[in-house]
Amino acid sequence: MNVRIKFRKYGCLKFIGHLDVMRYFQKAMRRAELPVCYSEGYSPHMIMSFASPLGVGLTSDGEYLDVRMENPPASQEALSRLNAVMAEGIEVLSFKALPEKSGNAMASVAAADYEVRFRPGYGPKDGWQERFRTFMEKTSIPVIKEGKKGPRELDIRPMVYGWQVLGEVICLQVSAGSAGNLKPELLLQAFADSEGVELPPHALLVHRKELYMDQGEEGTRSLIPLEALGEEIGRA
Amino acid sequence: MRKLALSDEILLSIDKPARYIGGEVNAVMKDPGEVDIRFAMCFPDVYEIGMSHLGIQILYDMFNQRDDIWCERVYSPWTDLDKVMREQKIPLFALESQDPVKDFDFLGITIQYEMCYTNILQILDLAQIPLEASRRTKEHPLVIGGGPCAYNPEPLAEFFDLFYIGEGETRYFELMDLYKEWKASGAPREAFLRRAASVPGIYVPSLYAVSYQEDGTVAAMEPVCEEAPEKVQKQVVTDMTTASYPEKPVVPFIKATQDRVVLEIQRGCIRGCRFCQAGTIYRPTRERDLEMLKKSAYAMLKNTGHEEISLSSLSSSDYSQLGGLVNFLIDEFGSRGINISLPSLRIDAFSLDVMSKVQDVRKSSLTFAPEAGSQRLRDVINKGLTEEMILEGAGQAFQGGWNRVKLYFMLGLPTETEEDMKGIAHLAEKIAEEYYEIPKDQRNGKCQIVVSTSFFVPKPFTPFQWAQMCTKEEFLHRAYVVNHEIKDQLNRKSIKYNWHEADVTVLEGVLARGDRKVAQVIRRAYEKGCLFDSWSECFHNELWEDAFRECGVDMDFYTVRPRAVDEVFPWDFIDIGVSRCFLEREWEKAQKGVVTENCRQSCSGCGAAVFGGGVCFERKN
Repeated sequence: MNVRIKFRKYGCLKFIGHLDVMRYFQKAMRRAELPVCYSEGYSPHMIMSFASPLGVGLTSDGEYLDVRMENPPASQEALSRLNAVMAEGIEVLSFKALPEKSGNAMASVAAADYEVRFRPGYGPKDGWQERFRTFMEKTSIPVIKEGKKGPRELDIRPMVYGWQVLGEVICLQVSAGSAGNLKPELLLQAFADSEGVELPPHALLVHRKELYMDQGEEGTRSLIPLEALGEEIGRA
Repeated sequence: MRKLALSDEILLSIDKPARYIGGEVNAVMKDPGEVDIRFAMCFPDVYEIGMSHLGIQILYDMFNQRDDIWCERVYSPWTDLDKVMREQKIPLFALESQDPVKDFDFLGITIQYEMCYTNILQILDLAQIPLEASRRTKEHPLVIGGGPCAYNPEPLAEFFDLFYIGEGETRYFELMDLYKEWKASGAPREAFLRRAASVPGIYVPSLYAVSYQEDGTVAAMEPVCEEAPEKVQKQVVTDMTTASYPEKPVVPFIKATQDRVVLEIQRGCIRGCRFCQAGTIYRPTRERDLEMLKKSAYAMLKNTGHEEISLSSLSSSDYSQLGGLVNFLIDEFGSRGINISLPSLRIDAFSLDVMSKVQDVRKSSLTFAPEAGSQRLRDVINKGLTEEMILEGAGQAFQGGWNRVKLYFMLGLPTETEEDMKGIAHLAEKIAEEYYEIPKDQRNGKCQIVVSTSFFVPKPFTPFQWAQMCTKEEFLHRAYVVNHEIKDQLNRKSIKYNWHEADVTVLEGVLARGDRKVAQVIRRAYEKGCLFDSWSECFHNELWEDAFRECGVDMDFYTVRPRAVDEVFPWDFIDIGVSRCFLEREWEKAQKGVVTENCRQSCSGCGAAVFGGGVCFERKN
């Protein structure tokens, strides 16, 4: 059975990169003594896949991984066993059985919610909120993206599905996953360019809120959180 | 939430910020207001190396079992962070609390290899602690050193308040109790140092005066007060089974060099190789009980979640219950996706059988450490490994499907001749021939033999402590002879040869047998920017050479100079149990090429029986 695990990454753990988070969960599964399935061969590894790598420096309330397990315990028990062996900075939020034949987490990702703040001392001049609204009114926001085949122009405006400015916080819903992944930093960089201000590295505090899959038919978008697909495992 | 010593901006601008944030699984957190002693335990190298060291894990666990002590970890900031900390005057901090080390009661530094000496100065400097012990006041932590290099602490003497000679499990609590008493008394720092000097195994360098002969060798080393003993006795654990061993080692977020559970099966080695310092300073050989190891293995795997377990010892094949232990590990954990790693095994039918069960034969290589190319020279160094044993082991391995072999040798060993050097090439060739004797349809392509040579460095407390070292040019010449001879072999295409760098070896030689006069050079080199000298990309030999010249210290005095049998050595004030007269005997036998039997074959009366335990008493119970 495939199990989808949702977790949150906060505090100091934002300095731990994606590969290390993968290693961390492999060890955590063994500490919690969960019945994870292994691949065959001389160096068997856990059958486990993550939805979307989170960059170093970012925090998140909506990270996902899928794990194959033989007779997993009830969701509540699995949660308490996992959280008992976590380091401060990662908390497991849900543990749900996936239906047969559901796509893996990584292939499913279609969109993400982010909250973006300017790190104190790094923001544009006062009143930027109003100017950001004007900026987002545009129908196209072309940026130069460094790709494998050299720099290319890309319109990122259509990749922003929704946005809102609440005080000092910019809330964004953007395209994510293999079909087109927009990092919020790229949008904010474009805004800073339009303001004519330098946006030094680490000027942004980026927090991922949720990852979504798209269940819409041709042409229409219908986003549901990745965890919505799974079902709570009850006591046997 | 924990607050970090470094800002986000700094952490996001340096390599591997996870090195500096602490908070790992099993890291110990305490309330600083609830403890009497704050102990910062430091491995003076980068996090991934330091976190792989078993000794610190043992002491970290041991100290933290006491409610009145909080032991935290400190590692060397890499050069990128080093620069930032200097520019912004950020004091070095401990990982757990993120508090400045300068506010701690103790800074303990493990000294595992000579090439970390400049890193020790970096630690003190970044911690904002005066480099010289003499300039420290009651405001500063007491700086205590330990580990193998503490067996010749003299080149570092002026930088340390105390050294701990021996195994930390034995006397630390006594020292801590003494410290608490002193702290409460309000007496001057000097008073504590004097009291500490009377604790067995504790060496307080400021309480000894060294005088020199005209030729620059040591004349005498004398205590300057009553509390300081003339000889400092090495402290050892007598019962390894009841000694403290961590069940919950810290699990790093980033991949450490040793990313696995380490099970120390025994301490010491029965073999008596004459170049090997670990072989003498850790005598007598003491085993841990099989049942205790089984319990530890369970607990440590459960508490860490590591996917691999490795045995640790100087020579695992000599552990008397190895079969029982290995079979237990395979049966118990092999099916649960846990890798079992078995380093330092002698290659024979037993080990090949075991290894074929725990690793992919096609992908792994086998390691032999003949150390010398000829039987004559192997007898000189007392390496009880014959060509016959090597060829037979290799032959069996090839039959078993292995086709990769690593061979380790040393160049520059005492009495080495050109024939001995060429013997390295010849041995590699014979191993290759052994492989190609297998019918073509039964073997697995070509074989690959990797020959590596390091250069020999004489170490204190070994029978070779009197030996002359080669010059850099001579070392390189010897590597050239080996390289040339390998190129002349029939199967040269199956043999690859690597050799170590020579200039760093010469420096290691100076520091290993150095005296107090070398301290100024280490300091000068550090001031010139030498740091992470064990990392070849960071090693600047020319800066070290300048430092020696400017200080007027002659490297040759410590390396190539012949030493008389009765010379007083800077480290003679330490009593490791193994007697100087045994070492002298071994030095003589070495020059005659006479071997000495290992501790289980017969007792050679080295002196280690004085500790009252281990292999010395195996048959007497």
